[in-house]
Amino acid sequence: MATQHDAAAPPAKEGGAAPARPPAEPTEAELRRRARLSRRWQRDLKWSPYGFISPFFLLFVAFGLFPLVYTAWASLHTVELTAPTDMQWTGLHNYTRIFDDDFFWNAARNTLTIGIISTVPQLAMAMGLAHILNYKLRASTFYRVVMLAPYATSIAAASLVFVLLFGRDYGMINWALHHVGVGKIDWQNDKWPSQIAVSSIIIWRWTGYNALIYLAAMQAIPQDLYESAALDGANRWRQFIHVTLPQLRPTILFTCVVSTIGASQVFGEPLIFDANKAASGGAEHQFQTLGLYLYEQGWVNQHLGRASAIAWTMFLILIVIGIVNYVISRRLRASS
Amino acid sequence: MRARFRTARKAVVLAAAASLGAGLLAGCANDSGDKSGSTDGGGSGGKTTITLGLFGTQGFKEAGLYTEYEKLHPNIKIQETVVEQNGNYYPALVNHLTTNSGLQDIQAVEVGNIAEVTQTFASKLVDFSKVSGVNKSDWLGWKWQQATTKDGQTIGLGTDIGPMAICYRKDLFQQAGLPTDRDKVGQLWTGDWNKLVAAGETYKKKAPAGTYFMDSPGGLLNAIISSNQEKFYDSSGKVIYKSNPAIKSAFDLTAKAAQEGLVQPQTQFQPSWNSTIANNKFAAIACPPWMLGYLKGQSKPDAAGKWDVAAAPKAGNWGGTFLTVPKSGKHVTEAEKLAQWLTAPAQLAKLFSVQGSFPSTPGSYSMPLVTNAKNAMTADAPIGKIFADAAKSIPAQVIGPKDQIVQDGLTNNGVILVTKGKSAADAWATATKTIDNNLDK
Repeated sequence: MATQHDAAAPPAKEGGAAPARPPAEPTEAELRRRARLSRRWQRDLKWSPYGFISPFFLLFVAFGLFPLVYTAWASLHTVELTAPTDMQWTGLHNYTRIFDDDFFWNAARNTLTIGIISTVPQLAMAMGLAHILNYKLRASTFYRVVMLAPYATSIAAASLVFVLLFGRDYGMINWALHHVGVGKIDWQNDKWPSQIAVSSIIIWRWTGYNALIYLAAMQAIPQDLYESAALDGANRWRQFIHVTLPQLRPTILFTCVVSTIGASQVFGEPLIFDANKAASGGAEHQFQTLGLYLYEQGWVNQHLGRASAIAWTMFLILIVIGIVNYVISRRLRASS
Repeated sequence: MRARFRTARKAVVLAAAASLGAGLLAGCANDSGDKSGSTDGGGSGGKTTITLGLFGTQGFKEAGLYTEYEKLHPNIKIQETVVEQNGNYYPALVNHLTTNSGLQDIQAVEVGNIAEVTQTFASKLVDFSKVSGVNKSDWLGWKWQQATTKDGQTIGLGTDIGPMAICYRKDLFQQAGLPTDRDKVGQLWTGDWNKLVAAGETYKKKAPAGTYFMDSPGGLLNAIISSNQEKFYDSSGKVIYKSNPAIKSAFDLTAKAAQEGLVQPQTQFQPSWNSTIANNKFAAIACPPWMLGYLKGQSKPDAAGKWDVAAAPKAGNWGGTFLTVPKSGKHVTEAEKLAQWLTAPAQLAKLFSVQGSFPSTPGSYSMPLVTNAKNAMTADAPIGKIFADAAKSIPAQVIGPKDQIVQDGLTNNGVILVTKGKSAADAWATATKTIDNNLDK
């Protein structure tokens, strides 16, 4: 059978079976092109990451740094919110007057006392709840979700309930107290009752949140520690004291720091507790916190300069608290 | 991957070019469209849209005034934005006025803020004293004056006012042996707030158990203070609340009433105060016309018709609003016309008949809509006439930019403390300390 040429393999192309020719020397233009690409590549490599992170920093400059610098500048002036461009230089006057400002120190004391009577019971209760939740329970997920529900509830909505609960004449708490023989307590107008009432809102809101943090930390404690403790004859309570608590130390420190910061900025709870007096924190400012005082000066009285000075003073106080916290935690860590 | 990236990039470039081209084309089309001659001024559907920024319930819409105006002016469309609380509305308005952005064509201003707006933002608002067709004499003199600067610019047109009378429960007055006829009740205390407190003392002797003569120290204090010409500022703009004898005596009289248990220890508009309305716990309250609506809202249905209205010892004003037109608006002329129409006597009379907002234009007071006004809470009391009489006798009050702060301090950090057992002197000291701190820049 004769070979059919039209069906035969086509002739091999250049370099078909033969070793390839060595690549031609790149031309001048080609070299330039490559150098350009390489430069572009290098620039890309060098600057693109900045481009990618820039949105955060641009937003930070706009909403973080600028207000910080602006309030620092405003705090050195007499300036009203109605005319923010009309500034009068007063130097450190806004700061020095804080030393004689009874309302500021009253607010600082209230912030401290409300902070203590809300944070201490809150963390203790959270620890107890976490310990119970750590046992084998039926429907444990349900309980954990319930724990977190107050945290997810809008504080404004919850406040309506609390204001009704703490009402003097028709409130449920006074009604219940009446049955055990306690007279009418004016929860809004007396100093300690009002602070306890405000603290109870804070406790209600944050206990579950802290309990879940403790629970997560508890579940990370190795089981064999408990087993060997049990072998040594330790009961549940001793296990809690000698195994759980030491293991939780870093977590407890963390919650203490976070709660302290939160307590020093308490705002919403006292604000909504007496809607009519709003930022003044009660008839005699008995539950006005620093956050409320700042708000009252800035937004109710429209003294932008004064409010800025208060904000910066609060910031400095927070830094001091932060340093104290740091020192204590380092001591604790060293001692363990 | 790479190829896809490239095509994607190509697509972006193409899209950009296409939209640019489309934009140019559209621009051309727009040009030719304009030549064909439309006179809509850029509004929607060939109409000019005028926007209003309001707070609370002004009730223009509810009274059907927008529809009526749109019928009269077919090329106008009206749109309102309402913020529930003036406390939220006013700071935003201040912010918008300082930055000259985000403003509506017409902006409402509450009487508590009008002095501050007049003093601070007059240059940014239309001067109505120069707008043709606006007649100063249409408004009550003091209302017009409140929105007028020292050099004579009037930056707002008055809508409603709050002339105060005393609303009282006929049934409780009767049980306590007081007269129930509104003229006789008014005569109990004509011209003197001390007589009102004296009537309270009479009431207390035979009062139904658990009831008080008046609703709150804050309400009484406000009523007394508001009936003075000068209260917290003098006409030169100086703060005089501490040295003004009228304020101190109002404070002391209220403190006396509180000490004697004639006012119930409540703060107005709080939930617990609201429930005392529902439970019929007080016999009298200082009330502008809008308070009748509030009482109705908080009362049980059986309270309807049990109230009546008597003249206050001296009439004062509580509440009221102005309409302003920012100069930077898109439709200043149209907005001027609308503001003018909305605040004309006929429209304000209609607003009163529907919403209970009392007109600031005396021309409305003789209109049937006002003279025939009736109210479910007060049976058949001629409330239009009673409040009109009060409105005419209100003094031309000097109002200051920070009146609200002083008033709040005297009420919430002052007289309320007397109901808790503090002496009047201590309460005054607490109040003045708070107010001075809040006024200090």
